Amino acid sequence: MTTSQSARLERKKLMGDPIMVTTIVVLITFLTLFILYPLAILLVDSFIRDGAPTFSIFSEILALGSFRTAITNTLKVGFLVGILSTLIGLLFAYVEVYVKLNTRFIGGIFKLVSMLPVVSPPFVLSLSVIMLFGRQGIITRYILGIYNNNVYGFWGITLVQTLTFFPVCYMMLKGLLKNIDPSLEEAARDMGASRMKVFQTVTLPLMLPGLGNAFLVTFIESIADFANPMIIGGSYDTLATTIYLRITGAYDKQGAAAMAVVLLCITLAMFAVQKYYLEAKSTATLSGKASRERMLISDKSVKYPLTILCALLALFVLLMYVCVPFGALFTTWGRNFNLTTKWFAQVFTRYKGFRVFRDSFVLSLISAPITALLSMIISYLVVKRKFKAKGFIEAVSMLAMAVPGTVLGVGYIRGFAGGVFRTGFLQSFYGTGAILVIVFIVRSLPTGTRSGISALRQIDKSIEESAYDMGANSFKVFMTVTLPLIKDSFLSGLVTSFVRSITAISAIILLVTPSYLLITVQINEFAEKGSYGLACAFATILIVITYGSVLLMNLIIKYFGTSRKVKGGEE
Amino acid sequence: MAEKEKKGVKLEHISKIYKDPKTGRDFYAVKDADLEIKPGTFVTLLGPSGCGKTTTLRMIAGFESPDEGEIYLGGEPINELTPNKRDTAMVFQSYALLPHYNIFDNVAYGLKLRSLPKEEIVRKVTDILGLVGLEGMENRMTNQLSGGQQQRVALARALVLQPGVLLFDEPLSNLDAKLRVSMRTEIRRIQQEAGITAIYVTHDQSEAMAISDEIIIMERGVVAQIGSPTEVYYHPKSRFVADFIGEANFIDAKVLSGGERAQVEVLGEQLTVGNHTGLNAGDAAQLVIRPEAARLSDDGVLKGKVTLSTFMGSYQYYRIVLAGDEHEIQITDYNPIGRKTYQEGDDAALDFSAESVYIIPGTGAEAEE
Ligand SMILES: Nc1ncnc2c1ncn2[C@@H]1O[C@H](COP(=O)(O)OP(=O)(O)OP(=O)(O)O)[C@@H](O)[C@H]1O
Ligand SMILES: [Mg+2]
Repeated sequence: MTTSQSARLERKKLMGDPIMVTTIVVLITFLTLFILYPLAILLVDSFIRDGAPTFSIFSEILALGSFRTAITNTLKVGFLVGILSTLIGLLFAYVEVYVKLNTRFIGGIFKLVSMLPVVSPPFVLSLSVIMLFGRQGIITRYILGIYNNNVYGFWGITLVQTLTFFPVCYMMLKGLLKNIDPSLEEAARDMGASRMKVFQTVTLPLMLPGLGNAFLVTFIESIADFANPMIIGGSYDTLATTIYLRITGAYDKQGAAAMAVVLLCITLAMFAVQKYYLEAKSTATLSGKASRERMLISDKSVKYPLTILCALLALFVLLMYVCVPFGALFTTWGRNFNLTTKWFAQVFTRYKGFRVFRDSFVLSLISAPITALLSMIISYLVVKRKFKAKGFIEAVSMLAMAVPGTVLGVGYIRGFAGGVFRTGFLQSFYGTGAILVIVFIVRSLPTGTRSGISALRQIDKSIEESAYDMGANSFKVFMTVTLPLIKDSFLSGLVTSFVRSITAISAIILLVTPSYLLITVQINEFAEKGSYGLACAFATILIVITYGSVLLMNLIIKYFGTSRKVKGGEE
Repeated sequence: MAEKEKKGVKLEHISKIYKDPKTGRDFYAVKDADLEIKPGTFVTLLGPSGCGKTTTLRMIAGFESPDEGEIYLGGEPINELTPNKRDTAMVFQSYALLPHYNIFDNVAYGLKLRSLPKEEIVRKVTDILGLVGLEGMENRMTNQLSGGQQQRVALARALVLQPGVLLFDEPLSNLDAKLRVSMRTEIRRIQQEAGITAIYVTHDQSEAMAISDEIIIMERGVVAQIGSPTEVYYHPKSRFVADFIGEANFIDAKVLSGGERAQVEVLGEQLTVGNHTGLNAGDAAQLVIRPEAARLSDDGVLKGKVTLSTFMGSYQYYRIVLAGDEHEIQITDYNPIGRKTYQEGDDAALDFSAESVYIIPGTGAEAEE
């Protein structure tokens, strides 16, 4: 009805702000071209053959026994990994929040565990599991004397993915447990319930939506994971690896596109449930801060077993990581344990190590600041501004979170190999470093945006309004107020996206051309060939780079960050 | 310092429609507000929570766009201008200081945007900080200030721009009661010194009474009355205004004859009372008696029984139920010494002069809906 006047005025005000309009237009173009379009083209590809709509592509791939097996394999692994990671995550979170930890050593272990998923390249654990438990595995062969242990397959993937993803659950659940008001549990204790009973009747029911949320997040991650099944899956194929092989082995791009659509539908459905149902529910039941400090459990019969369990698990994970540099230092893993630097030397002398690291480094270094800035801009627009296309921008950037890398990779092949809509437009873009940079950006954008959004939500809206009111235009407000206030989020977005890019593989492996050598692709190649020494040498250097960047970030935040001041009060 | 021209503000049939997030239905947060604020005056928007004060202010600042009507600032229509292009400056409830800048940079922010020469910025900022009593604090960060000091910075930051109109949205609500009283006097003093037009939002009627040239009372999105503090207190146009500003007792009345002084029938008695709303014979009306406008006495027109009598220090507080009426009437008798003190259960009558009570339109039954 009469709201047309305010709509018209809002539009007019927006148009009076050219920088803002340009930004929005550029963003919409970017998101449409690099996220929506590749996914749309997959749909087109899987329903249209020779210009006519058809279901035949789907019926062909569904007729493939290997594809049907891949679906059940993927779901089986995802389900189990989801459950195991959630349980282990809950254990860690519970111990940290509820149990009195009195040594710094144990506290350090927890910190380490929360750090690992940030710095760890995706397939490092697969490498170590093979080296520890495989046929030449130190533990299986030399300690237990088992000569034919087969780690490849269902259990291998499950083990590796669980160890990779449980820290994520731990971090999510820790936040929720901290929000439980201790008085709820104390009331039950007062009425005579045992600790176990309180956990079952109070803590667990409150956590249920949160647990479901953690489960689904892990489920999605597991399904989307490409690197681990690739290395440790053996003949046990999952959807991601099957799609990859469909393209690189069978050269059936349309079939791969249809498979990618199936994978995408599964992750999207779960993402929808997770995002719009469970996430809301878990924050609704546990909102706000606990009213006061919790009495920590110091009861020895609870404390020791739980702490020891956590410590053992954490040490086990740590052992896995330690194994990687040693893999690079032993002459021949499993046979000759003399230390050598030959693998490291070969990386650089025979396998173009410098170029590999330079390419990976440069491409990631280019994409990181773009991603960080872009995600801050998107967060600003989403949280602080109102305009028509806002919903679109928010939805598409979040959608990218649910798109498995393999799906995106196939989408880019189908979408850009012949140019946009096969018209040749932007065709020269395919196979360049630019497309790799774009993929890096798209893959890291959702994480950065999410962190930016939650940082901005903490900031009183009127702070930016006041700057606007004093005469600053949107651009000035963003540069002089918004960005400085979320500097920490920006800096960590910078490093996170750098680390994510340099360790990325799933989408990239489908798009990279011989003119670019990337570390992760090299590791994957050497691991496939069984050259563990070389794979470990590359991986070791990669871990050093990522760990170094995170340390650097913490230093920078410590000295240049503003969050302490923003939060106000004590300094 | 007010070398700049003062500007008036005019709202011409302004409405703002929002969607109720619960029901999804549209409703008027502000409806057909039509008012004019003269240059250099201090005007308060007063009303209960949710009546649309902030919305009105934000439309003037440019943060919201009106769905109907046009807003003028100094005679210019400003509907299409963004907040940064409007000659307004706002003082926010939460102060909204820029936490990463010190006091100087906070106050200088708007001046730097206007690319003034550096010396001029320093001079202006120093002057203004002097005016609000913060000299010497230029280098402090905002979190090193008390609430009152932060409020002064927010004020200084707005004043230094010499805006055509200064907007305040409940600027004192985060301060303690004592500081609120001293700050409001100070805001008034500074506004007078700067000679600037000010629009001030509050839901605290004593604050509004204390500082305003004019009060605009709003009720559920609609302007209920505009007038000086004395006008709205002594000549409320509706039961809502009479009730919201100060305390008031209402008794149903029937107008027998109109005019400047009206003849009314109240609880079977005939009285002569004030009639500033110009009611005519036959109109439904309510007699308004402020608790301090009447006293208890042994003989008077309206008789009743005392139901409560409490000594409050500076006054004696009574409640009395009149014959033929079920409501309790509150009476505050200042200076009761030398007069009879009534006790619970005593018979008493209300004693007042024709000048101190008046009628307004409406019936008690309507008001209770
Ligand atoms: N963005 C919005 N969307 C929908 N409804 C809104 C919005 N902003 C305000 N409202 C509604 O409009 C009405 C007027 O709000 P407004 O903030 O102007 O009230 P107010 O008079 O300032 O109240 P208070 O004294 O509590 O600050 C309220 O019912 C409020 O819930
Ligand atoms: Mg308000």
